[in-house]
Amino acid sequence: MRFMLLFSRQGKLRLQKWYTATAERDKKKMVRELMQVVLARKPKMCSFLEWRDLKIVYKRYASLYFCCAVEEQDNELITLEVIHRFVELLDKYFGSVCELDIIFNFEKAYFILDEFLMGGEIQDTSKKSVLKAIEQADLLQEVSLNLKHKMA
Amino acid sequence: MPAPIRLRELIRTIRTARTQAEEREMIQKECAAIRSSFREEDNTYRCRNVAKLLYMHMLGYPAHFGQLECLKLIASQKFTDKRIGYLGAMLLLDERQDVHLLMTNCIKNDLNHSTQYVQGLALCTLGCMGSSEMCRDLAGEVEKLLKTSNSYLRKKAALCAVHVIRKVPELMEMFLPATKNLLSEKNHGEILHTSVVLLTEMCERSPDMLSHFRKLVPQLVRILKNLIMSGYSPEHDVSGISDPFLQVRILRLLRILGKGDDDSSEAMNDILAQVATNTETSKNVGNAILYETVLTIMDIKSESGLRVLAINILGRFLLNNDKNIRYVALTSLLKTVQTDHNAVQRHRSTIVDCLKDLDVSIKRRAMELSFALVNGNNIRGMMKELLYFLDSCDPDFKADCASGIFLAAEKYAPSKRWHIDTIMRVLTTAGSYVRDDSVPNLIQLITNSVEMHAYTVQRLYKALLDDISQQPLVQVASWCIGEYGDLLVSGQCEEEEPIQVNDLYVLDVLEGLLVSNLSTPVTRGYSLTAIMKLSTRFSSLNRIKKVVSIYGSSIDVELQQRAVEYNALFKKYDHMRPALLERMPIMEKTATNGPSETVQTNGETDSTILDTKHLPSISQPASQVGFLKHGFSIQTCAHFRHLNNIQPLNVIIPPMTAYNKNGLIIEFTFERSNPNPNIAVITIHATNSTEADMTEFVFQAAVPKTFQLQLLSPSSNVVPAFNQGSVTQVIRVLNPQKVRCYCEPRTHSASDLQCIQAINFYLSCVPGESNPQPCAS
Repeated sequence: MRFMLLFSRQGKLRLQKWYTATAERDKKKMVRELMQVVLARKPKMCSFLEWRDLKIVYKRYASLYFCCAVEEQDNELITLEVIHRFVELLDKYFGSVCELDIIFNFEKAYFILDEFLMGGEIQDTSKKSVLKAIEQADLLQEVSLNLKHKMA
Repeated sequence: MPAPIRLRELIRTIRTARTQAEEREMIQKECAAIRSSFREEDNTYRCRNVAKLLYMHMLGYPAHFGQLECLKLIASQKFTDKRIGYLGAMLLLDERQDVHLLMTNCIKNDLNHSTQYVQGLALCTLGCMGSSEMCRDLAGEVEKLLKTSNSYLRKKAALCAVHVIRKVPELMEMFLPATKNLLSEKNHGEILHTSVVLLTEMCERSPDMLSHFRKLVPQLVRILKNLIMSGYSPEHDVSGISDPFLQVRILRLLRILGKGDDDSSEAMNDILAQVATNTETSKNVGNAILYETVLTIMDIKSESGLRVLAINILGRFLLNNDKNIRYVALTSLLKTVQTDHNAVQRHRSTIVDCLKDLDVSIKRRAMELSFALVNGNNIRGMMKELLYFLDSCDPDFKADCASGIFLAAEKYAPSKRWHIDTIMRVLTTAGSYVRDDSVPNLIQLITNSVEMHAYTVQRLYKALLDDISQQPLVQVASWCIGEYGDLLVSGQCEEEEPIQVNDLYVLDVLEGLLVSNLSTPVTRGYSLTAIMKLSTRFSSLNRIKKVVSIYGSSIDVELQQRAVEYNALFKKYDHMRPALLERMPIMEKTATNGPSETVQTNGETDSTILDTKHLPSISQPASQVGFLKHGFSIQTCAHFRHLNNIQPLNVIIPPMTAYNKNGLIIEFTFERSNPNPNIAVITIHATNSTEADMTEFVFQAAVPKTFQLQLLSPSSNVVPAFNQGSVTQVIRVLNPQKVRCYCEPRTHSASDLQCIQAINFYLSCVPGESNPQPCAS
């Protein structure tokens, strides 16, 4: 996977994860263009399209578009499953996730993504395992915050 | 200083902004607060401030001033700080930033941290965006972690290693020992997925690694088998299928290992068949596995039964309700159509049905696949479908579809009449989308279908009566009418009912094209030439003369030149007119049709010397296309002769005086180059009979695009006075397409002979004939 984007129907970016080094200017341009292309698609169209030299796999969940750019040799159908797994993780974590959760807790969304994927590949295929790791990390964060308060 | 506002507070505030300007104002205010907080080196709130900065960065605002703060957070001991710090690093500190490398030490320390979640953060950051330098520095640490017993870290280390290998392929060797036990049974299943990914990366990059890892095939087969056979495992289950992600990765690795290797392919045959037949296809996830299986079967050396099974799976995919599945099937079939042509042919009707799909991506795939499936047997049926598709498809497709149809028709046309009909259909339905180079190709095709001339011109004429907006159609039609107008009015058509038309009507139509706003300048050029040609085929000479003379003062330079030249043809060279305007001979199809290299002048390359008004800008079919296409310059080429005088190739061309003016004489001597007789070697001798030396003498030559010209260095830049010496220079000319061209000398007249005198020549070498036409004027 080259990158993953989450954006709303109004074209607002909610999350961007780039797995290749790209200049800031280019990133902005690509995001803008891609959002335009994807948002112009009609609901009944298929989830795959060719854009520049990449394959784009996208799926809409409620008001959010999840959009991945994958390489030539990647399996598009399983990428849909990867996206779905990510949504499930978010859902489990936030409890019935909605766009607002991702807006107000974007850093947590990133943490979950980074526990699930690294360099564009799945780290662990077990949902439970990923969620447990996040849980533990959150606990650790709590502990360190509590310590700070105790010391203050 | 009051505490900086919390992240969520800021987000809430920014979202209340009603305009872009309001938002910008809020952001600027907050950025200023954050900047001063950074300046104060406030440790307590650094984390909060960076988090806010990251939010603003996502909205599109600059956040580079937070880069160093991210580094400070990473270096902090608090987990919260590290978490945000690493996130910030991943968002703001990619390898293009100067301070990127400053992270290295922190990451190194954190890779050895006592808490696995901190180690995880470091691995993740390195594995997502570490630069090559950083990877080189830290590869050792990653390798260590790859061998740890902690599976949480091991899986992350594996993916980190993948990134390191991508960035610094030379380091691959280093990870080899650690891979020894990656797939062994005693490992927890957790690291299987990442292990397979790592192995795949190594095998993809190195043929040595590939051979080394081939021995893993039996193990991989076993693991896959267990996945399929084993019972329900709730943790890894997706819609009733066990760990589909792992299955897909294993299949992909098997594909790489089995490719080109008989033994490995043999070993995986059974499991592939098993997966192909047993996988549940009701949901996307099952189909994803089947898709990967099909890709693997097609790539390795599988037995034919398995291949047929794979293609049938794709055929079933084509009938699936899910668009994505259909799309994927069409893509795969396109890849296999060359190798398994017959098997794919069986699904032709389904594929053709996909042309009517509503989805653009599917239509495009179906179109490409349809063209690949056209052969001599199904051409008629397929063409019907494709023409229907051409009618109704989006404009984006029309150009490609039209080109595809032309190609297919050319290869498999069952009869000339069918071929012409098909072309007509394309020109009338998608005429404006047809590529520019189709026009000359079609003209060539029509010219060579001698027995169909009458039929063709009649159909084209009728099409023109209906519609003159589609330029390619109009251009081809004008050309044909110009050539075969006599057949048109004499009503000689055999194929269909001949129409009744006389020459006045035909001229009306052609003149209509000249004045119409719909006609492009190129089209006008075609019509004018057509009218001119009819002067030898029709009897309305006066009318034609009148038309031609009117356009002699046209604003369009191209049109004007043509008209002026045709006028000259009427007035001064009327005796030549019939010969010039006679029927075109059959054109040979040449292998390469593209324009070739630029022109070289004494060390400079200058492709613009070419005087384009003498040559068409669209590429032409080569060979004897003739002067009229080019619109030659009659007044300067006073000596052309022997148009049809073909002499054998090996005639030596006698030397000639190419230029003789103002005391400067340039002579050419010719010989054929020894290794390659197609190259003419011309030596020029320049002498100067005036009183003053000619300094800075530069010889430039320009040739049509299909020629190749090489100018070697001149003996000197000064032509001495009083014929005391000469400047010699060798020119090598290659005329691969034997296009005829013509000669025109041009001098930049300079009152001061010591100024640069550039002389342009067009070398004229008639095909097959080594008889250049000197054009000293």
